[in-house]
Amino acid sequence: MKKIITTLLLIFGFTFSTSYAGTLVINTDTSDPAPKAAFEMIIKKFEEENPDVTVEWNLFDHEGYKQSIRNFLNTDPPDVANWYAGNRMLPFVRAGLFEDVSDIWADSGWVDGNLSENMEHAKKSMTIGGKQWGIPYTYYQWGVYYRKDIFENLGIDVPTNWSQFLAACATLKANNVTPITIGSKYLWTTAGVFDYLNLRTNGYEFHMDLTLGKVSYTDPKVQAVFDKWDDLVKPGYFLENHAALSWQEALTPMINGEAAMYVMGNFAVAPLKEGGLTDDTLGFFQFPEITAGIPKAEEAPTDTVHIPSKAKNKTDAKRFLIFMSRADVQEEINKTLGQLPINKNSGVKEGDPFLAAGLNMLNNAYAMAQFYDRDAPAEMASEGMKGFQEYMSNPDRRQKILERLEKVRQRVY
Amino acid sequence: MISTNIDFTRKRSSWWKRNQQRLTPWIFLAPGLIFFCIYVIGPIFGSLTISLYKWDGLSPATFVGLKNYILLLDDEYFYISLWNNLKWLIFFMLAVPIGLGLAIFLNQVIFGIRLIKSLFFFPFVISQVVIGLIFTWFYQPKYGVIAPFLNLFGLEGFSILANETSATYGIIFAGLYPQIAYCLILYLTGLNNLNQEQIEAGRMDGAKGFSLFWNIVLPQLRPATFLAIVVTVIGALRSFDMVAIMTQGGPYGYSNVLAYYMFEQALSEYGYRMGYGSAIATILFFIMMIYIIFFIYKMYQNEKKG
Repeated sequence: MKKIITTLLLIFGFTFSTSYAGTLVINTDTSDPAPKAAFEMIIKKFEEENPDVTVEWNLFDHEGYKQSIRNFLNTDPPDVANWYAGNRMLPFVRAGLFEDVSDIWADSGWVDGNLSENMEHAKKSMTIGGKQWGIPYTYYQWGVYYRKDIFENLGIDVPTNWSQFLAACATLKANNVTPITIGSKYLWTTAGVFDYLNLRTNGYEFHMDLTLGKVSYTDPKVQAVFDKWDDLVKPGYFLENHAALSWQEALTPMINGEAAMYVMGNFAVAPLKEGGLTDDTLGFFQFPEITAGIPKAEEAPTDTVHIPSKAKNKTDAKRFLIFMSRADVQEEINKTLGQLPINKNSGVKEGDPFLAAGLNMLNNAYAMAQFYDRDAPAEMASEGMKGFQEYMSNPDRRQKILERLEKVRQRVY
Repeated sequence: MISTNIDFTRKRSSWWKRNQQRLTPWIFLAPGLIFFCIYVIGPIFGSLTISLYKWDGLSPATFVGLKNYILLLDDEYFYISLWNNLKWLIFFMLAVPIGLGLAIFLNQVIFGIRLIKSLFFFPFVISQVVIGLIFTWFYQPKYGVIAPFLNLFGLEGFSILANETSATYGIIFAGLYPQIAYCLILYLTGLNNLNQEQIEAGRMDGAKGFSLFWNIVLPQLRPATFLAIVVTVIGALRSFDMVAIMTQGGPYGYSNVLAYYMFEQALSEYGYRMGYGSAIATILFFIMMIYIIFFIYKMYQNEKKG
């Protein structure tokens, strides 16, 4: 009995001791190798610069985190938690679980230069109700990854407009190469295609209006997006059976040379190279123009850090957020991650043609969309992406799907 | 003072003695009952209550009355899931006759039969998740094990799990694999306890082949059959893990079942509809209740007879 009591005391004593001032509890979902290494390094650096703070880091499994964050923000809040920008943080902001950090964005004295200026392009996606709720530290580009060697063999040039793109698809198809690979089992890959067709057909403002629920899904402009999608779906330019494949499984046809293009995020480069592709066989190009004259906006999903409003050590948490916004810190993180820093004074890893292309593209971008499932609220996003997948398998059902999505829109917003 | 004290204790102990017989079962049942109330009865009423609210699990909930149920009636995916549950109930039942057939086949005395029996029982030992994963790989349109067979039938590149009509059957088929083994073991034990005298008597009366099996063996297997059906129905109604592993309800919700649809709406990555999820759970609960009441009634009848 005595033993049990002492152990209990020890346990409680331990939990109490973790919450004294000077301890900073950080929860992250960075369980994949590169993000894990990046956070390990950055936490070490933070502790070296701030010897009075001890960081206690809880590493969560990437998928499990999406559920656990709802629990720990309420019951056992850390001082810092990572999450995503856009409407993805809306449920937490609305429930009052994230701390307003507008002061960090406003007070230029705290950081090198002015934060709002250095990260101006990302400020919008961190703003809800006129306030900023976190600090972005990394993002990556989306676009079309393609097999350079197949394009060269068939004499295809990198397409820059819609008719060239369709012609490239037709040539590939005629030569028994699947023009575009995709794995839609987990739905979100379809949203990447939809977003780009929408951004190029109607522009960034319409994308935001749609994801904010201001426009109807039966709007002629949405129909126009699906007309363009028809151009690809109806001749069978997408990989067959995509609904049974995850995005990783859909890489295989591309590695084997059975498919030539993939509308994807930059994270696809690492597994493609592991599969045997090199800088000579794998290339990247910006999603081609559809409606001439519409300024090109890009998809650039942003990862962020936040302070839970029930955090115990908010002072040190703010120090950490300011630290994470610094140009040199973002440069180091992103060199490890193989992604792009938000702070425009940060340098980028050299010798990586994909990052260079991405940086160039994003620096010239008109605006940045987060992604359909981060810009639209969760309920709308899940139904929307289900609809996109159904459309890609049954293009004839377009009208029925759009009417259903319209019904969902009216319920959600 | 002292004497009254003694009186008091004597009275108490006598009350205890008088009621000991009646109280003892309750005392023994108490731990189980307490936990049953906390973890089963309580949550049932909890989710009934939540189903009347609109709640994202984070912000305060708002009372909406029966609105969740009204929305449910207008929800295509709900009907698809309900229909799939029915498919599960019907086709999962195949495990019972197939299990019986295998049990009879394996019920012979030859060298090494024990090893063969345990090999047939093996699928039941493997975790459902692993079976789901392996069958997903089997079904892979290009590289899967069944691809060459599909090619034979001219179904080149056909993906069972990506097709809205075949996906559910594909999952049920995978689910049957361990379920057949379960029924098999139930019947094997049943066959061990057959009354040989009755069979001999039947033989003498001229029964053989199918009529011997149908009229003499099968009635003796009734307890095994009853148990096999019960486990299979329960297995069909809680078919969650297979769906989660193999398709996540896809393609576009066409292989969903109520249990997974509830999870998707309330708890998954995009699910913030606790009230709606609870409404689905309530419907599933009532469907199960119909079955459970039937089951309890039947058991009660059997016991009255016995």
